[in-house]
Amino acid sequence: MNINLDFATIFERWPAFLDGALLTLQLAFIATLLGTVIGVLGAIGRRSHHPIVSRICGIYVESIRNTPLLVQIFLVYFGLASLGLKFSAFAVAAAALTINVGAYTTEIIRAGFDSIPRGQIEAAEGLALSRAQIYWHVVMWPAIEKVYPSLTSQFVLLMLASSVTSQISAEELTAVANYVQSDTYRAFETYILVALVYIVLSLVMRAGFWLLGLVIFPRRRRLGTPL
Amino acid sequence: MGGSLNANHLMFLGYGALWTIGLSLIGLLGGGIAGFIIALCRISPSRIVRLLSAGYVQLIQGTPLLVIMFLTYFGLPTLGITVSPLTAAGASLTIYVGAYLGEIWRGSIESVPKPQWEAAEGLALSRSQRMVKVILPQAVRIATPPTVGFMVQIIKNTSLASVVGFVELARSGQIINNSLFEPFLIYTIIAVIYFALCYPISLISRRLEMRSGPARLSLGTA
Repeated sequence: MNINLDFATIFERWPAFLDGALLTLQLAFIATLLGTVIGVLGAIGRRSHHPIVSRICGIYVESIRNTPLLVQIFLVYFGLASLGLKFSAFAVAAAALTINVGAYTTEIIRAGFDSIPRGQIEAAEGLALSRAQIYWHVVMWPAIEKVYPSLTSQFVLLMLASSVTSQISAEELTAVANYVQSDTYRAFETYILVALVYIVLSLVMRAGFWLLGLVIFPRRRRLGTPL
Repeated sequence: MGGSLNANHLMFLGYGALWTIGLSLIGLLGGGIAGFIIALCRISPSRIVRLLSAGYVQLIQGTPLLVIMFLTYFGLPTLGITVSPLTAAGASLTIYVGAYLGEIWRGSIESVPKPQWEAAEGLALSRSQRMVKVILPQAVRIATPPTVGFMVQIIKNTSLASVVGFVELARSGQIINNSLFEPFLIYTIIAVIYFALCYPISLISRRLEMRSGPARLSLGTA
């Protein structure tokens, strides 16, 4: 067996890897932002007293959570194309990732909503807060604060899962790696490097979420509760 | 256009579905063994063993499964080791599942109340006796709901084996689509088959969780 590793050739391509990593972060950012919005709306929908609304939200969550992301991406990308709707690979990737992560955030945020004690809502009613005020101050923020750690782990997992969008040639990190390895024939070195970049990205994301948590949940900082 | 969907295509999809189940079992078995070792290493009395296993978990949980697949299938031949798609996919899943199950099981072992350890120690049981006779039986009960839940992730993740040319459900769908050009129909059928495989397991996992008290949030994408 003849092992000679040549990382220099791979390092020369660093601008391409940087572009790919930035695109991966962009995808993660869009899906995190929109996924949170979907999650809050979906969680409200699942708890709705209107049977049709809660049913639709339930079907959305279960159908997404029980099918692979790869198949969802293919369905959106090739399905829309067969209807004559042409979107860029990036737009489809962002949309598919958002739809995917939205189902998971819906479940996580719903669990947060369910964990708010009934007494707190009754107390807020007793203080004559309006329904909207109660939802905002007493249910939503405390709920998100409670599930913030699971929510952020989910978003880090989503960033890693965005690698799957390389299959519809969105030019993110994994797609760049595929291109570089077929160009240089140094597959092992390429994928080792890319794995390291993903590890760095997930560390950066975790640190970012931790800092964000300190900013948006100041109460937590005062109480000294670890995030 | 290449004709319409017929019985042969459905047979081919069924064959792919069987390989998806087979690969899931390989991932569950291989990943289960790896995960058990990792879980034991994570709570080992030796500091260096704990650090090494923690490092393994951090590395794998920070890397996409797809990149691990590429690394084993395209990377190893660069080093002069050729692997078949089945070996590459099975090995990648084992490495990946091992890290996640290892963490799930470590958590379960650690959530066995501390006095149980002390009581077993008080009965003069050795460390391995304490583990096998007192701690593990209780940990297994705690670990069952999240482990069943994680099986859904394993099944869904086998779809990534399609990228190294392994013909499981997702890949067989792609192959049929290449000749029929009916993406909506074919990928919907594929999605329905995956759903039929995963949803019953999700239901079982939820029932187990409800029975065992506080519901856990199962994480996962892909």
